[in-house]
Amino acid sequence: MLIQEQLKEIIDNNEIVLFMKGNPDFPQCGFSGRTTQILQSYDVRFASIDVLADDAVRAGIKEYSNWPTVPQLYVRGEFVGGCDIVTQLYESGELEQILKPEA
Amino acid sequence: MNPIMNSGTTVKSVIQVKLRRFAPTHLEVVNESFMHSVPEGAESHFNITLVSEQFAGKTLVARQRMVNQVLAEELAGTIHALALHTLTPDEWFENGGQTPDSPPCLGGSKS
Repeated sequence: MLIQEQLKEIIDNNEIVLFMKGNPDFPQCGFSGRTTQILQSYDVRFASIDVLADDAVRAGIKEYSNWPTVPQLYVRGEFVGGCDIVTQLYESGELEQILKPEA
Repeated sequence: MNPIMNSGTTVKSVIQVKLRRFAPTHLEVVNESFMHSVPEGAESHFNITLVSEQFAGKTLVARQRMVNQVLAEELAGTIHALALHTLTPDEWFENGGQTPDSPPCLGGSKS
């Protein structure tokens, strides 16, 4: 399967997905670490994909979203943003509505 | 090679020139590379605060896409990490004119 199809499948099949460097327990980049911490502050489950584990994923996700940096957060198939946007949405309170629209 | 680049021209100054097209009311370009394990004098990690009326009515993703497009060449080349704060003049005033800090480096890939 092509990498773009694989990425679409991951994003479609997981309600909340974070593409990051490292994993939530051992983030390998400050921006990925901060984004993880913000997500963990909510009572939500999220899938995480370590882009450092696979160069095809790392390059492919940038192409998929037309977004040059990692981390990248997807919720219900929609690209939400990277660390700066997630931080801003967290501070404004909007992120909770995005992550938990039923709440 | 970027035609604007020549000896003595820094990536930072190229970024500053390119971002003028947003007619910013406030622009800060901070080279944060020293916070990371890169060679001295590197220009790989930047924290940009860009305040422009052109962001009014646009989503955060749309705003950053506008900037990413203008800096596409740098993002594909020398820039490894870019913290980007895109605000309208009203938002900038409301948040007290503060540039958010970048998180500390946790090691990992330098490519």
